Amino acid sequence: MSVYQKNEVNEVETSRTLSLVVDNQPGTLARVIGLFSGRGYNIESLTVTEIDKIRNLSRISLVTRGTSMTIEQIKSQLLRIVPVHIVRDLTLEGPFIKSELALVKLVVKGANRVEALRIAETFRARTLDVTLSSFVFELTGKPSKLDAFVHLMRSLGDTEISRTGVSAISRGEKTETKLLDQI
Amino acid sequence: MTLNYINGAEAVIKALVENGVEVIFGYPGGAVLPLYDALFENKKIKHILVRHEQAAVHAAEGYARSTGKVGCVLVTSGPGATNAITGLTDALMDSVPIICLSGQVPTHLIGTDAFQEADTTGISRPCTKHNYLVKDADKLCEIIHKSFEIASSGRPGPVLVDLPKDIQLSNVKYVNKISKIDKHNNNYSSKIDQNLISKVAKLLLQAERPIIYGGGGVVNSGPNASKLLTELVNILDCPVTLTLMGLGCVPNTNKNFLGMLGMHGTYEANLAMHNCDVMLNVGARFDDRVTGRLNAFAPNSKKVHIDVDKSSINKVVSVDYGIVGDCKEILSKLVQEVKKLHNQKTVKSKTRWWSQINQWKDKNSLGFKQVGNNIKPQQAIKSLYEKTKNFDTYITTEVGQHQMWAAQYFGFSRPNHWMTSGGLGTMGYGLPSSVGVQIAYPKSLVIDISGEASFLMNMQELSTIVQYKLPIKIFILNNEWMGMVRQWQELNHGSRYSESYTASLPDFVKLAESFGISGLRVDNINNLEATIDEMINIKGPVIADIRVEKEENCFPMIPSGAAHNEMILSSDDNQKDTSDEGLALV
Repeated sequence: MSVYQKNEVNEVETSRTLSLVVDNQPGTLARVIGLFSGRGYNIESLTVTEIDKIRNLSRISLVTRGTSMTIEQIKSQLLRIVPVHIVRDLTLEGPFIKSELALVKLVVKGANRVEALRIAETFRARTLDVTLSSFVFELTGKPSKLDAFVHLMRSLGDTEISRTGVSAISRGEKTETKLLDQI
Repeated sequence: MTLNYINGAEAVIKALVENGVEVIFGYPGGAVLPLYDALFENKKIKHILVRHEQAAVHAAEGYARSTGKVGCVLVTSGPGATNAITGLTDALMDSVPIICLSGQVPTHLIGTDAFQEADTTGISRPCTKHNYLVKDADKLCEIIHKSFEIASSGRPGPVLVDLPKDIQLSNVKYVNKISKIDKHNNNYSSKIDQNLISKVAKLLLQAERPIIYGGGGVVNSGPNASKLLTELVNILDCPVTLTLMGLGCVPNTNKNFLGMLGMHGTYEANLAMHNCDVMLNVGARFDDRVTGRLNAFAPNSKKVHIDVDKSSINKVVSVDYGIVGDCKEILSKLVQEVKKLHNQKTVKSKTRWWSQINQWKDKNSLGFKQVGNNIKPQQAIKSLYEKTKNFDTYITTEVGQHQMWAAQYFGFSRPNHWMTSGGLGTMGYGLPSSVGVQIAYPKSLVIDISGEASFLMNMQELSTIVQYKLPIKIFILNNEWMGMVRQWQELNHGSRYSESYTASLPDFVKLAESFGISGLRVDNINNLEATIDEMINIKGPVIADIRVEKEENCFPMIPSGAAHNEMILSSDDNQKDTSDEGLALV
């Protein structure tokens, strides 16, 4: 990005969810992350896992923030990366589902243990581990739901949080099968 | 070893030959010994031994840019690869197709901090178009073939292939290049929207104050793109300006050519950009050297941008129409469409526009006064041009004032004859680059227009020049200053010349003689032309030490942070202090 003031109208920055299909090989993730740090773009969340063993493909779900001009730039820059095959802007495409998984450890004794379990039940969190002084809860859902849960747990005791970041997919019957076949 | 098998290094060399490589620029070392061993037997590839790996890449760039072929580099692991990084970054910024093969420690030693180990793919990731670390010998051939495809397709760029030594020594079954390699990315669509072409054609024909601005993408697209661009300019009878990288794609003698635009562009080119109503950008990227202050860049114009790289469109300047694709294909469609519509007489008269432009031309922004016996650097370039324009002359430059003077005063009538470091601005580019050009065109006149400070950065390549008997003419505009740094210190930092004096210069004539080549020196304007003649007439390489006016500045100039219509034409013009914002800019 040039140090010259950008020729943008004061447009608001919005959050966008991008879904990428990339080659599952060493260096691909480094390229994607390097693009964001090198060009000064934001990453709010990023997840990556293999989705196709035969074709050796991974999906990167990525939440970023910027003006529409910046987002267009991010998408074009991503497509310049050789092992990046598909870049979809889920926010722009239409309705989509965003989901995340959190593991929350809470160290708690006494009356707050009951409160913790009650909140967990309300949020439909699963209890994965129990000791006399701690719990580990597992919760999936929208990031805002996870935020709320974590916030409540923190007020009950010492916590340790592990979150996966957002995984996203579009609603409806549209799939990427045709796009994948062209790779 | 079974019959069908060769070792990895031999396979690499065989793949290079299959991809049309005739020359490779390199420097040997421990991790590439098998590759050098394979080269020893090979008669099809000529290896040019440079004296520093950075120079190997610049030489390959000079070769690639003057021929349109892919330039090829071979360096060893560790320091060999890290030395090549500046060259690779330069090639990335200026979109030059380069294949850089680097040696690597054997795969089982990777990650152990072995001798001459470096994380080459990690280091080179942001400064290459793509890179590979070959860990599986079975994929070796395919990777080399694919690298050539990636380097030369779409927007060209450097590709690095890191080759561990054990892979070079392992048995490999050679795989031929398949005619069609998978599309490596869907950014470069081959479909051109005919509707868009016709809209743009109408826009151009109806414009009252159109301007075409061409860049390096036109050169990269091949000689036909340049011809088509010139044809379009002639049909529309509109003004055309070129970026530093685009010089030569419209002949300097074309009556519609306004000269280079941008920071040191001509007054008429920049004012025409500022006042145009329709701008057609072909293969340029709205670089900050070109646009000046963005919020005042061509404020009342409709902008059309043709670029092979989608990410160039709307990157810094929002345009009304962006067309993604190869310049020559789009220009050919556009020329057809303009011709078709032109016959229907929809073209607007441009008499007023041209008379306005001619008024700007009358300012004579490139004028200078050659008085006294001291040589003005501008005059040196002008004389050099006059003396060499009838030859097939290739010019390379370093970076700084001399580069801008060369761009302003040397006329380029053909593409691929001008090699300069534009995007990265790499001092020390010109001398090694001229090596690549002269290797490609042994019979042509190749001149490195240099400054004394830039020359010192890669002067070890004199040894290469001597070894291969390359008759390169090194034309040093010697003012004993890092001139452009000095100029900015004068304009923006109250003439406090911090560390910009080039002290302890060598005697360039003796330096030349120590390498067994000719050295010339001139400090009087009356002897300038005779010295240039002598330089051209000497059969071998020459260093010409042209002692020029020491404190001459490069004008016209758009001060940093200013707009096209705020150009200064001379030092006296610089009454307004540079804005605080401008001071922070480079």
